[in-house]
Amino acid sequence: MIYHLLWLVPTIPLAGFLLLVLFGSSLSRRGAAFIGVGSVGVAAILALMLDINYLVAPPPEGIYTQSLWTWIRVENFTPDISFRLDALSVVMIFVVTFVGFFIHLYSAGYMFHDKGYSRFFAYMNLFVGSMLILVLAANLLVLYLGWEGVGLCSYLLIGFWYHDPANGRAAMKAFIITRIGDVGLLIGLLLLFTHFGTLQIQAILTQAPLRWAMGAGIASAAAALLLAGAVGKSAQLPLQTWLPDAMAGPTPVSALIHAATMVTAGVYLIARMHAIFSLAPAVMTLVAIIGAATLLLAACSALVQTDIKRVLAYSTMSQIGYMFLALGVGAWSAAIFHFMTHAFFKSLLFLAAGVVIHNLKEEHNMFKMGGLRKSVPLAYWTFLIGSLSLTAFPLITAGFYSKDLILYAAFTSARGSIWLWLAGWIGAVLTGLYIFRAVFLTFFGVEQRKPEQHAGATMRVPLVVLATFAVIAGFIELPRTLGNHPWFTTFVERLLPGSPIVNSSSSSYVGLQIASVIASLGGILLAYLLFARKRSVVRQVEQTPVGAAVARFWLQDWGFDWLYDHLFVRPYIWLAHLNHGDIFDAIYAGIAWLSLVLNGLFSTLQTGRLRWYAAGVLIGAVIVIAIAVFV
Amino acid sequence: MVNLPVGYGLILAGVLFALGLVGVLARRNVVFILMSIEIMLNAAGVAFIVAGSHWRQPDGQVMFFYILTMAAAEVSVGLALVLQMHSRFKTLDADAASRMRG
Repeated sequence: MIYHLLWLVPTIPLAGFLLLVLFGSSLSRRGAAFIGVGSVGVAAILALMLDINYLVAPPPEGIYTQSLWTWIRVENFTPDISFRLDALSVVMIFVVTFVGFFIHLYSAGYMFHDKGYSRFFAYMNLFVGSMLILVLAANLLVLYLGWEGVGLCSYLLIGFWYHDPANGRAAMKAFIITRIGDVGLLIGLLLLFTHFGTLQIQAILTQAPLRWAMGAGIASAAAALLLAGAVGKSAQLPLQTWLPDAMAGPTPVSALIHAATMVTAGVYLIARMHAIFSLAPAVMTLVAIIGAATLLLAACSALVQTDIKRVLAYSTMSQIGYMFLALGVGAWSAAIFHFMTHAFFKSLLFLAAGVVIHNLKEEHNMFKMGGLRKSVPLAYWTFLIGSLSLTAFPLITAGFYSKDLILYAAFTSARGSIWLWLAGWIGAVLTGLYIFRAVFLTFFGVEQRKPEQHAGATMRVPLVVLATFAVIAGFIELPRTLGNHPWFTTFVERLLPGSPIVNSSSSSYVGLQIASVIASLGGILLAYLLFARKRSVVRQVEQTPVGAAVARFWLQDWGFDWLYDHLFVRPYIWLAHLNHGDIFDAIYAGIAWLSLVLNGLFSTLQTGRLRWYAAGVLIGAVIVIAIAVFV
Repeated sequence: MVNLPVGYGLILAGVLFALGLVGVLARRNVVFILMSIEIMLNAAGVAFIVAGSHWRQPDGQVMFFYILTMAAAEVSVGLALVLQMHSRFKTLDADAASRMRG
């Protein structure tokens, strides 16, 4: 039984991490890359074998659980270190190890001249190991272990170039803001434990509908607390401000952690705990609204960025917004499908942007690029494919099939509404506009800088592979109008309930599909007109006071940083300053001061003169006798 | 044996005690201070004897023996200190040994 090898999938990258940490300094660059890339490669092969085995010979009831040992034993709290393989984790481990391997391979070239080469691979391996623990966990406590592990790696890798204090600040910001959500998640876990007496996922999922009524307050509370964790990790409103700053890390880190895998952990968590969320319709609506609001806000912010990586960061926020929208309307499989296609095309976009950045020696500003179409053709073509997939270019790209599914569910699901659909539709137009703005600014127009170095084979191969998957990954889910082969949905719906479709007919399906095609093509066309043909229009708009103000507002992420700075950071610093002299310490300082004063007073009595002491004894004796006699 | 009123004896003891006390406070010579202390101790002894004869108890005289023994010990230590003081400071002025002030 190959399933017994499941524990090796997260263990191998963790072993790679240990090797690199212990012997990293004595390894050559080649050796560090061999261990770092190789461990993830082996994990990827193993994951692929397990996945194929799962498809060919699925375990009974579609779930294989492997318990390794009991982690803690305190009365009836006995969480196991246990992993489970089911339809959801099959998809997750495939994406994490497969995309992870190619990003590691890319990093071997990208980071080659960096001083912290083996340190980088150690952190990356730890990340992949933690992420695999997170997605394979059969127990919520193990899931939490992976959850915190990826948060730690995110912190370490955002601040990888720690010599610049700004990078350290960005890392701390990411860590602290996600921690706010994590506190909610932890409380949610405790709540679930107090009600179910176990943290085993399967037990909670099966017992929740039996014990809790539909829409019960306790179910809503549990779902809302889990949602807090998901919102923090997945950079959704209102905890989204850390993601753009997280771009301070090296580009492969952004591709792996802040696009393909870790930031989608929130989506995974909600899909994993779907039974709890299904019992809390109010929270489901909240998830959909958060998703819709985030996707619009982030898309607007992406429109005005100058840093190419920040455009992609806002785009990631926006796309995860789509996934939340899908989760919120109950289209679990659509969210997971979009997670998968997004992992391919967004990591592709990051890696292609990384080639441009690498060739221009760490230039991030798109306005200083331009005309790179001919000098870095591979980056151009792959970035173009990624952009087309992101904008859901009809028929040939993976993004089309996944986003189409989400928009369809947003409209037709029992929980959906035309407003949610409209938000997604406008977001789709904006997506085309912002990403093709980046394409035209970077690769078209006048060439401003010549590439100073060229990417090696290790960086080229991942681009080609991911570009291929950004196109073909969509074909595993053919919609009704195009062959009607929903393999992916059928597969995932073994585990997750199907989306509750109500008002669906073939004509509305075709109508919605045409609408999303219009959105996709319209966005691209608009970008072409505004940024390739008539740049003067954009400049004129930017020069009007309103246009300039809106652009500045969007550039600063709708003022969220400013708001949080004034609402939380400054009052906190003010309180800290107020308490600088420590009000509470004043009491203790006062006692010390009083003792000192009394000491001075009494020591003057200590004259050293014998006769004074005798007089003192006399006076004391007189007083004592007087008290004894008269009182 | 003429019975003296107990008050006379106590007054004598009080006067002796006061004399000794004044000597301790007013004198600067350590030897005289020691002698004044002896007077005070004897005043206390007189008071015990008077009280003992008043109540016809032997305890007063027993107490006086204790005081006597204690005074002998005290004087031996005191004189040793006086000798030490004389060899250190070349004087017997009590105020000269005032280095132990706060």
